[in-house]
Amino acid sequence: MLYRTAGQFKTSYIADQALFPVKQDAFLLGIILTLAWIVFPLTASEFTFQTLLIPILIYALAAMGLNILTGFAGQLSLGTGAFMGVGAYACYKMVTLMPWMNPIVAILLSGVFSAGIGVVFGIPSLRIKGFYLAIATLAAQFFLVWLFEKWAWLYNYNASGAIQVPNLEMFGVFVSGPQAASVTEYYIVLFVVTLLTLLCINLTRGNLGRTWKATRDMDIAAELIGINLMKSKLTAFAVSSYVVGVAGALYVFMWKGAAEPNVFDIPLSFQVLFIAIIGGLGSIMGNYLGAILIVGLPVVLNVVAGTQVFEISTPSAILLVALIAAATFLFWVARSLWGVGAAIGFGAVTLIYGYAQLQGFRIDSALIEHINVMIVGALIIFFLIIEPHGLNQLWRLIREKLIIWPFPH
Amino acid sequence: MLNDIFIAPFVDMFTAPDFLMQVLWEGLVSGILYALIALGFVLIFRSSRIFNFAQGIMVVFAALSLVGLFAMGVPAWISVGLTLGVMFVLAVVIERVVLRPLVGQPDIILFMATIGITLFLIGFGETIFGGENKVMITEELGIPTGDTVLEPFDGLLILQHLDITVVVVATLLVLGLLAFLNYTQMGRAIRALGDDHQAALSVGISLQTIWVLVWFIAGIIALVTGIAWGARAGVSFALEVIAYKALPVLMLGGLESITGAIVGGLMIGILEKLFEIYWGQPLLGGNTETWFAFVLALIVLLFRPQGLFGERIIERV
Repeated sequence: MLYRTAGQFKTSYIADQALFPVKQDAFLLGIILTLAWIVFPLTASEFTFQTLLIPILIYALAAMGLNILTGFAGQLSLGTGAFMGVGAYACYKMVTLMPWMNPIVAILLSGVFSAGIGVVFGIPSLRIKGFYLAIATLAAQFFLVWLFEKWAWLYNYNASGAIQVPNLEMFGVFVSGPQAASVTEYYIVLFVVTLLTLLCINLTRGNLGRTWKATRDMDIAAELIGINLMKSKLTAFAVSSYVVGVAGALYVFMWKGAAEPNVFDIPLSFQVLFIAIIGGLGSIMGNYLGAILIVGLPVVLNVVAGTQVFEISTPSAILLVALIAAATFLFWVARSLWGVGAAIGFGAVTLIYGYAQLQGFRIDSALIEHINVMIVGALIIFFLIIEPHGLNQLWRLIREKLIIWPFPH
Repeated sequence: MLNDIFIAPFVDMFTAPDFLMQVLWEGLVSGILYALIALGFVLIFRSSRIFNFAQGIMVVFAALSLVGLFAMGVPAWISVGLTLGVMFVLAVVIERVVLRPLVGQPDIILFMATIGITLFLIGFGETIFGGENKVMITEELGIPTGDTVLEPFDGLLILQHLDITVVVVATLLVLGLLAFLNYTQMGRAIRALGDDHQAALSVGISLQTIWVLVWFIAGIIALVTGIAWGARAGVSFALEVIAYKALPVLMLGGLESITGAIVGGLMIGILEKLFEIYWGQPLLGGNTETWFAFVLALIVLLFRPQGLFGERIIERV
């Protein structure tokens, strides 16, 4: 009813090629953009900016970069973290060598360096395929992080070996560094992310995007119909590394404030890969959904637990969540092992026994951290089983149902 | 500069052959361990086309379980047995809960699922055993800890008894595994499954049983590796990084080849030690071991895209 597409006729080629041919999609996007550009900045607290809004946008951008390479062009990469590092170090060198430079320009330019390095490490993809290529990108990951550590020029011969973001000014307002307000940082991140998302959507819809998709689906067939594989693969590496590099620069300059080389180590690469896969490979919106889930979930768990954020008076809340998670997990294990009856029994016993144990039990923050990791791992498996094509596919199905509602087909 | 790269290292090697032998020996020991981990990968990859990223964390998890069980008062050898039991349960649970619902999905999805398993095991292990470093129960298991000093070429060569044990045990394990794969019914079933899934299923080989078996063998390998590395470097989640080393071994040797895993492991273990000592430390500031293996494998792969021993990749449209 709300999503009825009947009566929306396309009468020209231009209308057919519009970014949002369905009115409701454009309307929905309008709401999201209003929320992001006006409502959130007015209402969000310092904490929300720093733990939710800014990181979600940055991770979504990084995942989008990876998604172009892995989801659209079909080249699996495990080196995202290192390419984010290249962007961050390039940006740092630029603003320290040329302090007069506009920070946004510096951030957007820093992607160029990571794009260059991305192309260099993308060259093996012309010969190496599949998992072999994935391991080959690990070479980039380990080599670059090692370089960040050993090449002192990169961090201006600091004693600490870390890069520290200086106070950067733009039109008289601090936009980066310790003195910048979270709202300003948020707007800059939002601006860059919006810009690059628009770019990515249009690139993937256009000629280049189609050659990427053809390469992904079967590269030999693509070559036979006249697609230049070298061009297709290397442009995918370049665009992907550019976006990832910009995300890396934002990551350090607008969020972390300082970074040691090991920040860009392999866990970061995997986190971004999770977001891209849980969101849905080969989609743009999925990256945002995935980032909301992967970044938001630990924060929510922590808030419920009350360890970092609020001095909450009911420490048992996290325990309850953990208990329910454990019971669900056991239920799930038991169901696949011995059937539903045993599963209900197992789940119920865990709940009752656990609840009895929980009375008067306090949990420390390290344990919550561990439980967090465990839950994220279990969730990844869970999502892969229920929807291997990611959250984006879930949304697509919901949208499809809404369009044809109330009819089933 | 050229002298530093091309001449000086070799002069060093020939003027101090005892030191060279020491380096080679240490490379050999770590190479054997890399080969062991890579073997676990290869077995799982051959029988199910799953690129098992969780192999590294299985090493840590096995070592942690062993130490944890011992700390609870279980005698050393009984805790080894119990840990094997834990690894078996783990194999069954992974097969039932994770792999079975995902049969037939694209490779990358299964790969991601193993990363999910990795995270889950990290969290699970830390929740149960705590995140701090632990000491492997070397003496309780009766592993010798002394060293033997040899004097070849009027020099000094120190062989840790621990390393000798590792080499002997790992070699026996590899030989045993090869015998198992070649001469037992189960082993042949694994290889059949590796050659052709459909054909293997049609002659009555049970996919589920084989998968549990293969994951269990990977678990045994993980336990042996865990004990060996734990005795050398302590038991902690940092052990996981050695599993990354198994990846270039796989690239070098080929994802399907057992010979490749062994040869690749030894090559990488020895070459990265040599490079680190003679080129890395004097010229590049050291710690090159983190990436050397990957770059080496990458260069080899540029000439042979399927690795040294991998199956020839034939592509058709």
